[in-house]
Amino acid sequence: MIVRIMGEGQLDIAPGDLTALNKLDDELEAAIDSGDETRFRTALHDLLDNARKVGRVLPEDSLEPSELILPPADAAMDEVRKMLGDEGLIPD
Amino acid sequence: MSVMKRMSMIFKSKANRALDRMEDPRETLDYSYQRQLEMLQKVRRGVADVATSRKRLELQINQLEQQQNKLTDQGKKALQVGREDLAREALTRRSGLDSQLGDLRAQYQQLQGEEEKLTLASQRLQAKVDSFRTRKETIKATYTAAEAQTKINEAFTGISEEMGDVGLAIQRAEEKTENMKARAGAIDELLASGALEDFSGPKDDIQAELDRMGSGPGVDLELERLKAELGQGPAPKELDPGSPAAKPQDVDTPQQAQWQQKPGGAQ
Repeated sequence: MIVRIMGEGQLDIAPGDLTALNKLDDELEAAIDSGDETRFRTALHDLLDNARKVGRVLPEDSLEPSELILPPADAAMDEVRKMLGDEGLIPD
Repeated sequence: MSVMKRMSMIFKSKANRALDRMEDPRETLDYSYQRQLEMLQKVRRGVADVATSRKRLELQINQLEQQQNKLTDQGKKALQVGREDLAREALTRRSGLDSQLGDLRAQYQQLQGEEEKLTLASQRLQAKVDSFRTRKETIKATYTAAEAQTKINEAFTGISEEMGDVGLAIQRAEEKTENMKARAGAIDELLASGALEDFSGPKDDIQAELDRMGSGPGVDLELERLKAELGQGPAPKELDPGSPAAKPQDVDTPQQAQWQQKPGGAQ
């Protein structure tokens, strides 16, 4: 499955590795709901570190869309909230 | 729904909205390619902008470091001539620069990181744009309109995700450099107004005091030496021969000037 880490590029992650990733993603969501910036930062970095560890970097000229997209490593919680909102931060 | 999933849906819906606006697949291809080239330009400008800010910070850091070294030297000289009060003043001012410098160095690190990230993003986008161009020509030459639509959608979704990502990266980098520019501007003003210069430029009061004393310790030392010769006091401590205080002849002191202007003074 193709996963993008924003600002870093795309990774190909084997289906077997997705379970762990999903758990970390749940924790990230819970952290955002709790509004705790420190918890959010930890959860985000755990998720990104894990994705980088198990993922195989996609060639730069690949044009495949990603199934999953992760926020950039230096994103603040508010920023991610806005990205997930209806307006979104991603420019058209 | 999970964060990862929601983020990817946002990207996809943006790509779909853009596709819906296109009527003719060929138009989609060409229009998209134009947009990609524009985005590449934007990324390159972004990299250049960050680099400019970084160089400016580098200059400021060097200037402040020079000030620090100067104050350290002045502190040493002041101690050599026994003026602990002046030395304390020099060191106090130096520590005032410490936090400024710490700030600037941290910003510099941050900008370096941004520059690196954008450079890599620009390379990734360039590779994808090249790849899109090749695919665009293949699609135009090989497929019927109906077949082309599917192929176009695939390629378009992939590249538009990249464009969205790099677009946001540029925005964030711009915000960061804007903040830093404002702060760098404030420091430039300080440097220009002399608030930071006033103890290293012509108005340098610590240096003025040290210069003024240039003859002082020389005379005092001479006196001490004479006294010692005459057995009237302890021998003086030797001054560092490299210090200006040891070379009173270099300094045109107020005392000397007064002495020369005295009417009827011994010439």
